Amino acid sequence: MTLANPPGSTGSTALRASGLRKRYGAAYALDGFDLEIERGAVHGLLGPNGAGKTTAVRCLTTLTEYDEGTAHIDGIDVGQRPADVRRRIGLVGQFHAVDEALTARQNLMLFARLSGLSKTRASDRADQLLTAFELADASNRAVSGFSGGMRRRLDIAASLVLTPAILFLDEPTTGLDPRGRATVWQAVREIAAAGTTVLLTTQYLDEADQLADRISVMDHGRVVAEGTPSELKRRLGGDRVAVVVGDAGRLAEAAELAGRAVGAEASVDADTRTVTIEVADGQRALAPIVRALDAAGLEVDDLALRRPTLDEVFLHLTGPDAAGHDAASHEAAPDDAAMPPASAAPHDAEEAR
Amino acid sequence: MTTLPAPPPNGIVGSAMDADRRSNAAREGWLIAGRDILHWVREPWGLVFGLAFNIMLILMFAFLFGGAIDLPGGGDYISFLLPGMFALTMLFGLESTMTAMAEDAKRGITDRFRSLPISSASVALGRAIADLLSSALSLAVLMLGGLLIGWRPTTGPAEIALGVVLLLWLRFALLWLGVYLGLRFRGAGATTAVQVLVWPIGFVSTVFVSAETMPGWLGTVAAWNPVSATAAATRELFGNPTGTTTGWLAENAVLGASLWPLVITAIFLPLAAGAYRRLRR
Repeated sequence: MTLANPPGSTGSTALRASGLRKRYGAAYALDGFDLEIERGAVHGLLGPNGAGKTTAVRCLTTLTEYDEGTAHIDGIDVGQRPADVRRRIGLVGQFHAVDEALTARQNLMLFARLSGLSKTRASDRADQLLTAFELADASNRAVSGFSGGMRRRLDIAASLVLTPAILFLDEPTTGLDPRGRATVWQAVREIAAAGTTVLLTTQYLDEADQLADRISVMDHGRVVAEGTPSELKRRLGGDRVAVVVGDAGRLAEAAELAGRAVGAEASVDADTRTVTIEVADGQRALAPIVRALDAAGLEVDDLALRRPTLDEVFLHLTGPDAAGHDAASHEAAPDDAAMPPASAAPHDAEEAR
Repeated sequence: MTTLPAPPPNGIVGSAMDADRRSNAAREGWLIAGRDILHWVREPWGLVFGLAFNIMLILMFAFLFGGAIDLPGGGDYISFLLPGMFALTMLFGLESTMTAMAEDAKRGITDRFRSLPISSASVALGRAIADLLSSALSLAVLMLGGLLIGWRPTTGPAEIALGVVLLLWLRFALLWLGVYLGLRFRGAGATTAVQVLVWPIGFVSTVFVSAETMPGWLGTVAAWNPVSATAAATRELFGNPTGTTTGWLAENAVLGASLWPLVITAIFLPLAAGAYRRLRR
């Protein structure tokens, strides 16, 4: 644990950013971005394509200069002392930033020695990481023959040659198969368990739900909601009762009856013949709904009670009718204009894929 | 769910991992250049084909066209051709510098370097060391090949050494042009454009024929081409036929070959540094 708190660091905040703005042409890729991460926490940065996640990571890791605002990592000003910040961070970008033509070991040796380790210590560290990331058997093979999951693991290993105070992972599982994703998740858990603070961007809600202690939901270059996964789910109200109606022609009728039975709003999805009723207490609502439908002679194919998923939270917060989208402040940053021009920042353009 | 891979054992976070030394651009430059050397060892074909191409050009001009080329001032064509080909090889190196810079920037390797606590000069320095090494190696192979087909330097070791230094000096200058172009224009189209443009620049020169055989204006352009300056100086220093008998350049070839790369460096070294800083935008 002491390793994650290098000498000289103070306080319990690993990262603090406030009011970050980054403009590309007329559009703001970051438009008042705020973030605070406790030391040792895994923080998920969640958002749709073009929300500004990658720009945020690039600004915080000194790769891109921000125009306005302040950011501190370990109490060190990112804009003022980028070199000192680089000593305390590890970055796994969206691309596999390892050398394809070299072997896994040669890659780790290169990055370890560039990080200032002597040849002997770099070699020890490379072996340690190769074992830790299950790459020992492939250590002398060229990376060009690696699977996506192996590359990503090597990429993460390369960012850990010096123990960083904070590790940035920009969409670490994009493009991986389920097995590759599982190993990356496991690695992130191990890293966090060892005390390193992690900032993880992702488009996958299950990923944030699984890994993150807290989540910031991003849209249009700013954080639109922040909290633990369960807090965010709670924000969307209570439980959901989903009823699949047998007769598609009587959907509206079923919604009307079910809603009236519990005094709540019911929504209809014609494609799945599902009526969804939002209620405060799902268990209590089940019986009245079923009774009302049964009394009307409506056939029920399926009935489910569930809590809101993060997907619903996500769509609710970032969808076209999300609160704040009609605000005048967003005029300058229409949906796709939040993207910087591809020529100026190709990495951000990647977010649009 | 199928069986998940076993969790990685401890060791992900290492013990006491403070750096052993402070950032040092020279050390880092060598480490980054070492990566290129590993590339050559693992995949030597790029280097080999580049050389094969230059050797093919030499053979074409020496034996296919050479017989039809009349050299003003007289002299053996192969002895005239070889120093020109050395200079042209330095120009062709521009492509590989540009491609390497553009590829690394595109693939995220440059970002990885930029996120490390290393000097901001290290990446370009690594490129410079690696490219100068590969050009020196190419030059050595071409010189040996030249000796096989009858090229002979007729001067002393000091002149020959100065000739080699001037050749690499041109390569050094073109490095910064390559770094600048590679960082600023990363598309595949830009690389192709440079590959195509290198040809007229290489050919409108005194590499293959004397400027005096060209129409007046073209001859002037060719004579003032930086590649021609280096070619002329190298011919003079190696004691080979110069093909040019009059004019400022003929009389001050070594000076020209010293100044041109200086001008190119003075323009493109700051531009390359600026382009590297612009990555932060």
